[in-house]
Amino acid sequence: MMVTLRLNGTRRSVDADPQTPLLWAIRDIVGLTGTKFGCGIGACGACTVHMDGQAVRSCTTTLADAEGHDVVTIEGLSPDGAHPVQRAWEAHNVPQCGYCQPGQIMQAAALLKQTPHPTDQDIVAAMAGNICRCGTYLRIQAAIKSAAEAEK
Amino acid sequence: MTTIVNMSRRGVVKGIAGMTGLVLGFHVGSRILPFAAAATPTTFVPNVYLAIDETGLVTIVAHRSEMGTGIRTGLPMVLADELEADWTRVKVIQAQGDAKYGDQNTDGSRSVRQFYQPMRVAGASARQMLEAAAAHMWGVTVNDCRARNHMVVHVPTGRQVAFGDVAKVAATLEVPPDDRLELRFKPASERRYVGKPIPIVDLNDIVRGKAIYGIDVVLPGLKYASIERCPVYGGTISTFDATESLKVPGVEKVVAIPAAAIPSGFNPLGGIAVIASNTWAAQQGRERLKITWDFGANASHDSDAYRAQLEATAKQSGRVVRNQGSVDSALASAARRVSADYFVPYYAHAPMEVPTATANVAANKCEIWAPTQFPQGARATVAAVLGLPLDDVTVNVTLLGGGFGRKSKPDYVAEAAVLSRLVGAPVKVTWTREDEIRHDYYHAICAQHLEAGLAADGRATSWLHRTVFPAIESTFQPNITYGSSGELQQGVTDMPYAIENVRCENGPAAGQVRIGWYRSVYNIPHAFAVCSFADELAHAAGKDPVEYLRELLGQPRKLDFAAMHVDYPNYGASLDAYPVDTGRLRGVLDLVARNSEWGRPLPPRQGRGVAVHRSFLTYVAAIVHVAVGDDGQVAIPRIDVALDCGLVVNPDRVRAQFEGAAIMGISNALYSNISIKQGRIEQSNFSDYQVARTDITPQTHIHIVESSAPPGGVGEPGVPPIAPAICNAIFAATGRRIRALPVDPAALKAT
Ligand code: FES
Ligand code: FES
Repeated sequence: MMVTLRLNGTRRSVDADPQTPLLWAIRDIVGLTGTKFGCGIGACGACTVHMDGQAVRSCTTTLADAEGHDVVTIEGLSPDGAHPVQRAWEAHNVPQCGYCQPGQIMQAAALLKQTPHPTDQDIVAAMAGNICRCGTYLRIQAAIKSAAEAEK
Repeated sequence: MTTIVNMSRRGVVKGIAGMTGLVLGFHVGSRILPFAAAATPTTFVPNVYLAIDETGLVTIVAHRSEMGTGIRTGLPMVLADELEADWTRVKVIQAQGDAKYGDQNTDGSRSVRQFYQPMRVAGASARQMLEAAAAHMWGVTVNDCRARNHMVVHVPTGRQVAFGDVAKVAATLEVPPDDRLELRFKPASERRYVGKPIPIVDLNDIVRGKAIYGIDVVLPGLKYASIERCPVYGGTISTFDATESLKVPGVEKVVAIPAAAIPSGFNPLGGIAVIASNTWAAQQGRERLKITWDFGANASHDSDAYRAQLEATAKQSGRVVRNQGSVDSALASAARRVSADYFVPYYAHAPMEVPTATANVAANKCEIWAPTQFPQGARATVAAVLGLPLDDVTVNVTLLGGGFGRKSKPDYVAEAAVLSRLVGAPVKVTWTREDEIRHDYYHAICAQHLEAGLAADGRATSWLHRTVFPAIESTFQPNITYGSSGELQQGVTDMPYAIENVRCENGPAAGQVRIGWYRSVYNIPHAFAVCSFADELAHAAGKDPVEYLRELLGQPRKLDFAAMHVDYPNYGASLDAYPVDTGRLRGVLDLVARNSEWGRPLPPRQGRGVAVHRSFLTYVAAIVHVAVGDDGQVAIPRIDVALDCGLVVNPDRVRAQFEGAAIMGISNALYSNISIKQGRIEQSNFSDYQVARTDITPQTHIHIVESSAPPGGVGEPGVPPIAPAICNAIFAATGRRIRALPVDPAALKAT
């Protein structure tokens, strides 16, 4: 079955069972691998993408849920890869293994869109669903603050 | 001894082959690299290659696996620095798994320790060859030529030639044999990169979603597999019915992977694999399998009962692994006796990238793409399960989405290989998170019993330590019940306190699940017990815990293992170069105490705890500040860590490793626990196997001792002191002593 959505600004038809999680449709069928699998149950945030500007877990969002919506993955976050969050991540040398970071970056970008000047509590509340087993949380928090500052 | 060979005309490395220019290979002669013993000056087995092409691009092969430590950046930094290369013109490529690189098993926090010097040698000798080539070109004396930032300069005239232009000339020169090559290393003051916070080479790709991990590998015609394995270790399939699975759109085949006999080592656990056109279809097909299992011998394994058994064993005398003085009589005559029992559960690794691998078996050759810490082990395992010669198996190493020891074991790589052969197409195996939690090589469960005698003034005069745990070797060999010297060195036989009478013992335990290395390994339970018990003694003596630790550490000295009848492997390093030096423990203790507000008053139900521990040749002290809520929930406002790892290559990555280790230590202390009933793991995913999240993150301050001592480990040593420091802080805050992990908040409620 064909499901149509906008992916990173382009209309895209995906030929798959509409119950397929968006994550696997994006990764295995469309072939964009920046969005990561971590748990499959909405418990880790590795698969975070934007749907109509909101952060969603693509592992628990079906293709059918995404039909007709605007989906953005890490590959489409900014045309030149220089979104303020990406730049802040580089400035703070956030990544260790890096695997969780696309999800962290998408979550942080959605937070800053909604709350351009988040408090520490806002940051913790927004980011608590994203696991980093390497333990880069301190730098993630600092990078989000820098990105917010840079946009002032 | 390091042998250098000019490889320019051999073209032996993928990515370098075909380049014109200078290619240097070298190998390290060392007793830890057994292949080198067989090597002669003519039969050369290199472990690293360096190429400089005519455009001046420097290509360095990273032969160790990148799982987040920054090693793929750190070792090339060392080489580039000695080479006088411009870092912006250096490209790093990843080596395949091949014995010619020497040891590639990226574990044990030893990449910098083992390869810092070889990298310097490679860089320095290449630099000197470029200088020699420039001198030859100009017809001047080589002593007047100096490499400077990707150029060679003729010092008297200021003439310059770019690395690229001189590389071609250099390629025609022979490398002087090492007894004639007088290597000149750069003075430390001239280092451009070593000791500087250089960003990792993959940073840009990572933040743009372009970095390729094992799970991201795609090949033409790729099939996707999901495997149902027996919930009990060692179980086998009685019958299965795949009718419903095969009806799932996208599912193409269902095949059985034979189970290896247990202990299964690195071999696949066996199971039923569903092969499909995408991962999701494979998982859906798998859910519709009907399988009856023969659960086998481990179906009665119950972690509660097992714990009770380990604890009972720890109460009895065991095999003596360290002995000084006379513990029994000293205990009997002590003014005061203290004893305590400690427990640490099984843990799962839970790297964010699950085990995954892609294999293509065609024409009786196998090519692998995998996130593996141990590419040569993967290669050997695949060759063995497929019955192929080693030369017909190629292992390409991707980035690893975390490893922590899990990806040293190549069972998942062998699964992909077996499946690719069975279905005649390239296959990617991707574990689910449930698979990862339920079929891990678990961190060993461990029970310990400690006793000490104190003199009237509070001084410790005797120390008895018994530890009981299933050994890692039990995953590989039948009938293994005792720990190895390598396991017991991790916080037992190297107990650093200056106590006259010491006896350490190890009691037997049989393995009933796969046991494996998990970041910092047996240092986790042993540091937990030893550093908690030191705190208990301080309180028994009525002394400040930092002050008491200073007394326990005593006068700076190097542990004399022979005198203690201890077989001490010292993480594979020589005790001459890397002694166990209590002065350095004292150094990190003092450093952390000075910088952590130790002694500053705190509100009620808050406290600080301290722990100091050496592991992987690095000395670490931690002071943790906790705040315990009335509901028993533990918050951690601040952690200070002081470390002495000798020479630091990349201070920012060292900090990052210790920041991350603090978080992993918090996971171990407060959240994570694997429990087993009827041989089945009770946890399944991050919903019930908890790990630290951003909300617990403390302000973390890392204090690094400046040192030019030989480099020690960095990836693992930050973990062990965290859990005991947290629990000691909880005691300071609440008066409740935690002796079993993870911490149970119910036991910490305000009454
Ligand atoms: S993979 Fe979607 S939240 Fe973990
Ligand atoms: S950087 Fe490795 S999991 Fe976050």
